[in-house]
Amino acid sequence: MPSITFVHPDGRAQRIDASNGESAMQAATRHDVGGILAECGGNAMCATCHVYVDEGWLARLPAMGDDEDALLDGAAAERRANSRLSCQIKLAADLDGLVLNLPDRQL
Amino acid sequence: MSATSRIDAATPERSAPAGVPRLDVDPFSTEFFEDPHRIHDVLREAGPVVWLEKWGVYGVARHAEVHAVLNDPLTFCSSRGVGLSDFAKEKPWRPQSIILEADPPAHTRTRAVLAQVLSPAAMKQVREHFTAMAAAKVDELLARRSFDAVADLAEAYPLSVFPDAMGLKQEGRENLLPYASLVFNAFGPPNQLRQEAIERSAPHQAYVAAQCQRENLAPGGFGACIHARADAGDITAEEAPLLVRSLLSAGLDTTVNGIGAAMYCLARFPDQLARLRSDPTLARNAFEEAIRFESPVQTFFRTTTREVELAGHRIGEGEKVLMFLGAANRDPRRWENPDRYDVTRRTSGHVGFGSGIHMCVGQLLARLEGEVMLAAIARKVASIEISGPVKRRYNNTLRGLESLPITISPA
Repeated sequence: MPSITFVHPDGRAQRIDASNGESAMQAATRHDVGGILAECGGNAMCATCHVYVDEGWLARLPAMGDDEDALLDGAAAERRANSRLSCQIKLAADLDGLVLNLPDRQL
Repeated sequence: MSATSRIDAATPERSAPAGVPRLDVDPFSTEFFEDPHRIHDVLREAGPVVWLEKWGVYGVARHAEVHAVLNDPLTFCSSRGVGLSDFAKEKPWRPQSIILEADPPAHTRTRAVLAQVLSPAAMKQVREHFTAMAAAKVDELLARRSFDAVADLAEAYPLSVFPDAMGLKQEGRENLLPYASLVFNAFGPPNQLRQEAIERSAPHQAYVAAQCQRENLAPGGFGACIHARADAGDITAEEAPLLVRSLLSAGLDTTVNGIGAAMYCLARFPDQLARLRSDPTLARNAFEEAIRFESPVQTFFRTTTREVELAGHRIGEGEKVLMFLGAANRDPRRWENPDRYDVTRRTSGHVGFGSGIHMCVGQLLARLEGEVMLAAIARKVASIEISGPVKRRYNNTLRGLESLPITISPA
């Protein structure tokens, strides 16, 4: 069971236990992590589960699809090189310890 | 549940498959439209999969099964129609949609075009204008105090922004709502609602067909953006008008009923209006929760492309499966206090916009319209009172009101 950490814009770290196979977004909504809206419910259609992946983890994540890439261009907060949609980050044991930084807004 | 029972069910008599609970309810009847919640409960509690005798189709009403069917588009396909009519056996009433009534890989290409035209980035372009128009509408209605929240708000506001955003001409816009009503009635069975809608459809169909042509769409609008994608080679010149038609079919009546649902909720639950007024940033979630609570789009069908097991029941190839989105959105297995309208609820995961590859491509536009309207109400309106008889509008797919007389007071 991977454990992942969301870091809020004020620096507060929130560590949660995720299940294998669920997405980082699903884990966040299940644990009520504020700052992840996930309006579309994980269908890569809304860009409201935007995260900045912590240094060192980016290369270990699954590759970005075209849908996600296009959506990130329209994300409310600034798009950076380490921007991802957390609904597209499927969790497994090898991502135990993953750190995701939350943007200041999703809308 | 045995394989042989499927042979029986495939005969014209359409007898119920063994082991699947048989229900004698008609989800396309006036009785159902007036009070779907009681029958939704019966459908959910009967089992994960039910058989609807009246129309000879399977039904799923629990969140888990509705979600599962929506997310397996190769088994539960859309290309044989998302209404009762099976396009493999019956000619569609209009040329088949190349996005709604299509499967991958064909769907993937057309979907990408509409997803880009209605992307988060595109919404940023229209947001300011939509916000100003919502504020102006609420100011106008505050001056009147008493009005019909359906005609004067839920219809009037989307009509004041959507046709312009599409780039439509002024003339003929009165055809838009009747056309959409027709489209959503036509997903239903061959009942009176569907038959009458199709009989009266000729002028509305002619209007929409003309509006889908490039020369009738103003530059910069969503319609022109779709045609521009034909220049880029992403779709053909013949496909572009059909994609414009998709937006004209599904882009207006849906938001009308979504905003209508939100108004009906705020009028019935003053504590939730008070909560929204205390924090107008809840506007977007208050709209989303109204979509869950009322589910303006109640149902869609899929057709099985192979024999499949769903929740322990074997379903044969070529069977229609009716998904009760409204029932899934109030399934107590998925939602706490499902019958409570709560503007602070975490609504993610509701299926009011569907789920999976066919999930509403205009969901961001719907949320934008709903959010800015409810934000204007949160800032400007102190109270909403129902001040006359509430009348329901009957449609085979859309749930909404014909009339909602209300009186509002300024904040």
